[in-house]
Amino acid sequence: MKQILKVRQLGLDRYLKAKLHAGWMMACLVLVMLLPFILGVGLLLKSEMLIRDHSLLDLIFSKEWKPLSGEFGFYPFIVSSLWVTAAALLIAGPVCLLTAIHLTQYAKKYVLRIMHPVIDILAGIPSVIYGVWGILVIVPWISNYLGPFFGKTTSGYTILAGAIVLAIMIIPFILNILIEIFRNVPDELSEASLALGATRWQTIKFVLLKKSTPGIISTFGLGISRAFGETIAVLMVVGNVAIVPDGLFQPGYPLPALIANNYGEMLSIPSYDSALMFAALILFVVVIVFNLFARALIIRTDKHN
Amino acid sequence: MNNTKITVKNLDLMIGKHHILKDINTSIPEKKITVIMGPSGCGKTTLLKSFNRLTDLYPEVRLNGQIMIDGKDVLHTREDITKIRKKMGLLAQRPYPLPMNIYNNIAYGLRISGRKRKVWLSKRVEFYLKQVSLWEEVKDRLKEPAARLSIGQQQRLCLARGLAVEPEIILADEPTSSLDPISSQAIEEKFIELKQRYSIVLVTHILRQAKRIADHVIFMYLGRIVEQGPAEEIFNNPKKEITMSYLKGKFY
Amino acid sequence: MRKMKYIEERFFRVLMFLSTCLIVLVLFLIVFSVLYKGLPALSWEMISQVPKGGFYFGKEGGILNAIVGSLYLSVGATFLAFVIGLPVALFMNVYLVKHKKLLNTIRFFLDLLWGVPSIVYGAFGFAIMLFFGLRTSLLAGIITVSLFIIPIIIRGMDEVFKSVPRGLLESSLSLGSTRSETSYRVFFKQGIAGVITALLLSFGRAIGDAASILFTTGFTDHMPSGLSQPVATLPLSIFFQLSSPIPEVQDRAYASAAVLVFIVLIISLLSRMFSNVYHKNKIQF
Repeated sequence: MKQILKVRQLGLDRYLKAKLHAGWMMACLVLVMLLPFILGVGLLLKSEMLIRDHSLLDLIFSKEWKPLSGEFGFYPFIVSSLWVTAAALLIAGPVCLLTAIHLTQYAKKYVLRIMHPVIDILAGIPSVIYGVWGILVIVPWISNYLGPFFGKTTSGYTILAGAIVLAIMIIPFILNILIEIFRNVPDELSEASLALGATRWQTIKFVLLKKSTPGIISTFGLGISRAFGETIAVLMVVGNVAIVPDGLFQPGYPLPALIANNYGEMLSIPSYDSALMFAALILFVVVIVFNLFARALIIRTDKHN
Repeated sequence: MNNTKITVKNLDLMIGKHHILKDINTSIPEKKITVIMGPSGCGKTTLLKSFNRLTDLYPEVRLNGQIMIDGKDVLHTREDITKIRKKMGLLAQRPYPLPMNIYNNIAYGLRISGRKRKVWLSKRVEFYLKQVSLWEEVKDRLKEPAARLSIGQQQRLCLARGLAVEPEIILADEPTSSLDPISSQAIEEKFIELKQRYSIVLVTHILRQAKRIADHVIFMYLGRIVEQGPAEEIFNNPKKEITMSYLKGKFY
Repeated sequence: MRKMKYIEERFFRVLMFLSTCLIVLVLFLIVFSVLYKGLPALSWEMISQVPKGGFYFGKEGGILNAIVGSLYLSVGATFLAFVIGLPVALFMNVYLVKHKKLLNTIRFFLDLLWGVPSIVYGAFGFAIMLFFGLRTSLLAGIITVSLFIIPIIIRGMDEVFKSVPRGLLESSLSLGSTRSETSYRVFFKQGIAGVITALLLSFGRAIGDAASILFTTGFTDHMPSGLSQPVATLPLSIFFQLSSPIPEVQDRAYASAAVLVFIVLIISLLSRMFSNVYHKNKIQF
């Protein structure tokens, strides 16, 4: 009855068009919403063979990586990933915090106008270019200067090189969110603190940073998840040796690099294929978990205020 | 008129290309309530914030002229700005409790100025919470985040926080505009009580509030002071056309 | 003792200033060092020819195949993502405006998808490809890359449509337009410059990403000849040439990198232009 009324009102042509559009929009939305689940389930199905034959603990904590004899220990790769990610965050975190405070609290407006395109371009540079730059600049620098300075002989293709390149790649990502967070802290809060006789810096330390702590933590969480999955740039400078690294000046072999480097060979051995899909699954799960944690934190603090 | 607490001479304030305050000359009497009135956007709040140089926070703001507190120019001084600011407590339009618990909101200003002894601090906290009649309501929940208090309670907390650093002047920027009538009344009554010991500068656009508590009135329009003087005079015999029509409620 | 608090502030201000400079410096260093190494090796031959026999041993030829391949791939992927993304973004802002909770959930999912690394999409795309019995091809690449940029494109357009004033929606509906007409005639028109910005950004992502196409596009020395054929791309061509031990080939990798940097800078410039247009035209209340 309602439909007939609608058709009368709009004319059949417009009515059908409206229905069609709405249907298409709905279909697209459903498809996109299902995507994360399809991704997860797809990867799980593909790595099922590996999980069936090996215990999960074995896979994660075994150091033996011999695909040809069916031994798949992901430990060296996981540890490499952790090293690279942690070091990258240690570099990028402070730089981003300091810059974001400078830009939102001290800098004049024109500085922000300069920095915006800089951040945008930095975010837009493809990862393979970062890799090229790493090989051109960072790797020789570590091999010729930084390594000898710390008394190490190294080719330069190290965890540290990966971490530096990665840090620069996640800087625009983290910086943008931090600037947004600091901007959202009302000026009146700083004014209140200043009026009580606090200096500018005390206000930043005790009020601005305190107020933004949950936001900063979740931003770093998002930064970690971004860094964890970065592939090509890291792969190009990190050395790719499947040992458990125990220092920044050692080569490493992070999970994404493992997947990327072996895509050609894996088809010949089914369990190898399955192992690489398992690596992708680990990445997927880690990224989802960090995202969930970060966003849950933001939502929780939003509710509090 | 008795002693003046604040004297402003030829004050101009620019934000970028906008001329916000134009040639302000005025004096604020000691231990009285001075009300700054005027339609919104006339520069009341900006004037208030330039008294304790909160305008420093914004790099685009340029100030010219003189603001003297107790005869000392605060704009061109080499004295530590934090000391000058501590002389003035600020109460904003909405309460902005600091992101910490109730206790620390009061203790913050004291700790900043180097007072760290716990016993002394808790005594002070209790004292100032009692000053604003908040002690009974919060004494069992001092460790709770200040944001959990009601808006009216928060505003009283902010007042206590300002009083705790022992200022001589209270700067209040439409402090009741976000409050319910009862909380507003509580704040107004507090002000009348406090003027025994403090010089109070109150920005408001509520005419009736101004009439209730003002001793001295400054009327501003489009960045200039149009008229100023004792409250009775301004309210009963305004000399300027524009003041008259504002008092009649012709515009806000 | 009094002075201490100011010394600390000074120290940190210097540090903050330096870290801001560092970021600017790094950007210049990246662009400069890639161009410095790449420009000398860049020649007309490089960008106008496909690899000839012996190209990978330093003999003649160029990377035209990769440049064209990358453009095909990115245009295709951006188009596919747009066809799926635009309706979603419109649907969210025209049909679902009232359902705040649902909207937040959708945005949450999109942000999740955005965070998934491109290598995961690559592996997934590869699995799908095998499942359907496809070979490495332009089409497989387009599908994989579009999966990867869909969340970016939707969130970009979502931000644009979100800022279209509610009043415009209400007045359009009250004039008797259907919601779908409102979507395309009012919202899309209103936000067109912003939509183009979102498209350009996604295009930039698509053309620069290597990890998602590593498995799916394959590689060829010929010009792309069809959706079902393998195709060369710039990032992969840089990657492969750089792993060669021959210096001439490595130099060409730098030249190709310079080409890619150029493309990305142009895209960034364009999107900045459109975003300025968008901000000027935006109706504000």
